[in-house]
Amino acid sequence: MSEANRGARGVAPSQGDSMGAAKETPAKIRITDSTLRDGSHAMAHRFTEEQVRGVVHGLDVAGVEVIEVTHGDGLGGSSFNYGFSLEDDVKLVAAAVDEATRARIAVLMLPGVGTVEDLNLAHDAGAAVARIATHCTEADVSLQHFAAARDLGMETVGFLMMAHRVEPDLLAKQARIMVDGGAQCVYVVDSAGALVLGEAQDRISAVVKEIGHEAQVGFHGHQNLSLGVANSVLAQQNGALQIDGALCALGAGAGNSPTEVLVPTFERLGVPTGVDVQGVMAAADDVVKPFLKRLPFADRGAITQGYAGVYSSFLLHAERAAERYGVPAHEILQKVGEAGYVGGQEDMIIDVALQLAAERERAS
Amino acid sequence: MSKLTAAIVGPGNIGTDLLVKLTRSELIDVHSMIGVVPESDGLERARKMGVPASAEGVDWLLKQPTLPDIVFEATSAKAHLANAPRYEEAGITAVDLTPAAAGPLVCPPVNLDTLSEAPNLNMITCGGQATIPIVHAVSSVVPVPYAEIVASIASRSAGPGTRANIDEFTQTTARAIEAVGGAGRGKAIIILNPVDPPMIMRDTVFCAIPSDADTTAIQESVEKMVAEVAVYVPGYTLRAEPQFDGPRDIWNGMARVAVFLEVRGNGDYLPPWAGNLDIMTAAAARVGEQIARRRVTK
Repeated sequence: MSEANRGARGVAPSQGDSMGAAKETPAKIRITDSTLRDGSHAMAHRFTEEQVRGVVHGLDVAGVEVIEVTHGDGLGGSSFNYGFSLEDDVKLVAAAVDEATRARIAVLMLPGVGTVEDLNLAHDAGAAVARIATHCTEADVSLQHFAAARDLGMETVGFLMMAHRVEPDLLAKQARIMVDGGAQCVYVVDSAGALVLGEAQDRISAVVKEIGHEAQVGFHGHQNLSLGVANSVLAQQNGALQIDGALCALGAGAGNSPTEVLVPTFERLGVPTGVDVQGVMAAADDVVKPFLKRLPFADRGAITQGYAGVYSSFLLHAERAAERYGVPAHEILQKVGEAGYVGGQEDMIIDVALQLAAERERAS
Repeated sequence: MSKLTAAIVGPGNIGTDLLVKLTRSELIDVHSMIGVVPESDGLERARKMGVPASAEGVDWLLKQPTLPDIVFEATSAKAHLANAPRYEEAGITAVDLTPAAAGPLVCPPVNLDTLSEAPNLNMITCGGQATIPIVHAVSSVVPVPYAEIVASIASRSAGPGTRANIDEFTQTTARAIEAVGGAGRGKAIIILNPVDPPMIMRDTVFCAIPSDADTTAIQESVEKMVAEVAVYVPGYTLRAEPQFDGPRDIWNGMARVAVFLEVRGNGDYLPPWAGNLDIMTAAAARVGEQIARRRVTK
């Protein structure tokens, strides 16, 4: 059994409390910080090696166990469609591995964008955790990648993106496909920041029921409707053992659940994370905040994403298309939501902007 | 005029769509349809059309008293690599619709005329058939150091073969963008979208071009190419005029042209949203007919 699977879901015996009652401490959860992956979207994929080293050091000192470092769209994401990385992913992964003393480095990959070959290179650079992401109905495209990651001896995590687009029972079936394919944990990924409380809770419960006895369950939230932290708490209360965050919320759309908010929140709830509250707040304030040109914020575009269920990474692309074609970003995002486009279809943002611009021209 | 005969191996979405197209051909007769699953819908359809069908695989095919001239293979890359030497030994020309890419890569509007006599011809991928003509149209006007394609297809049109071979899809397509499209470096991305009603196949082509490129000449070349592909895939259209953008930092200083395509299928087997099937099978049928023309004129 892997490190990830060790320690069953549920509760651990408490160290005893002042009343001496048989009260139980919740199981420890693991925080994965995605500042250097989801945050790559907000940075237009322009992270420097120095920034990567600084963030990894801050998180490592604070006790964060897993740090994800990749282009926002995963290995192989550097492209016209998603934006080119300033620095090669593999080089940044190697720098992160070099900088970390305790933390393990994770990489994301989306089948169809990256390949097993990319995974091999990341593994050679020292990446220890492979997170394989598919749209929430397409889990079966990840099987060759889970098999390859397991062969490499990597810890495996499945990422079911845009989880608001399917009902809980169907999501659980997709999680089952990933676990049968070799995933040791499956995340419910609220890519659009569209899940509202009970919707997150029901999906986590359904997935825990389906796979919880043989794999862990995780939750990845976005702040488009400002519910990332609240949804993460509900996820933990319903059996999730891995939770994603990002320093200063640095991530797509209005950003991710801020790691420096998740950690003290879980501490107040008595849920152990193994992360030092002061350390993680220092990493956000002293390391990340100084290099941000804009703090993630629920502006009209980002709220529209949560409201209309649009992939958060589309935000900056919609803003660029809005500027290029003279149509509002929130209108583009609304149309993209109506068309049901999924993660990876950034090209369709330009297509929608062109259609909107043509409609405006005809109307004027 | 005597026709060539062709067998179809792999009665899935692609094989069955090809069957419908070949039965309309004036140059090719369908010899048989071969699978490995007795209850296959494709085999059943073949029988109903009066085409001999077998679920006993390539072993059955090679035991027939009269072998076909051509075999169209629509199984998986792995299966094709195993079958290819057997076809060659039996003197059957293979037109490979899997991403195995064992033989020369063929994209009809780019290199059909220079088709080699190789015993094995590869049809690249559906995304490749939809986009490589455009890469070639641009690279025949200006140098293209880098080209990238994004193919979006309806989930329902992606069968188990496509899903199990998604890396082979991106790798074979990328290689063909370079070898056939004429780009210095190629990249391919494929997206499956489950939206209902299903989305029509969409393809986007991004080419890096010099910042002083003759945009009018590129546009004319692209439009001419779209018309050539539309001869065999009538639903192949531009969504908008090619979009030209100057160099940007986030593109590492490259200027680019972006071409947005829609591929509406003929609805031969799956409905018109499955343009990915249509463009693949229509291109393969053209290759088969070209082989037939050559053999007949010899």
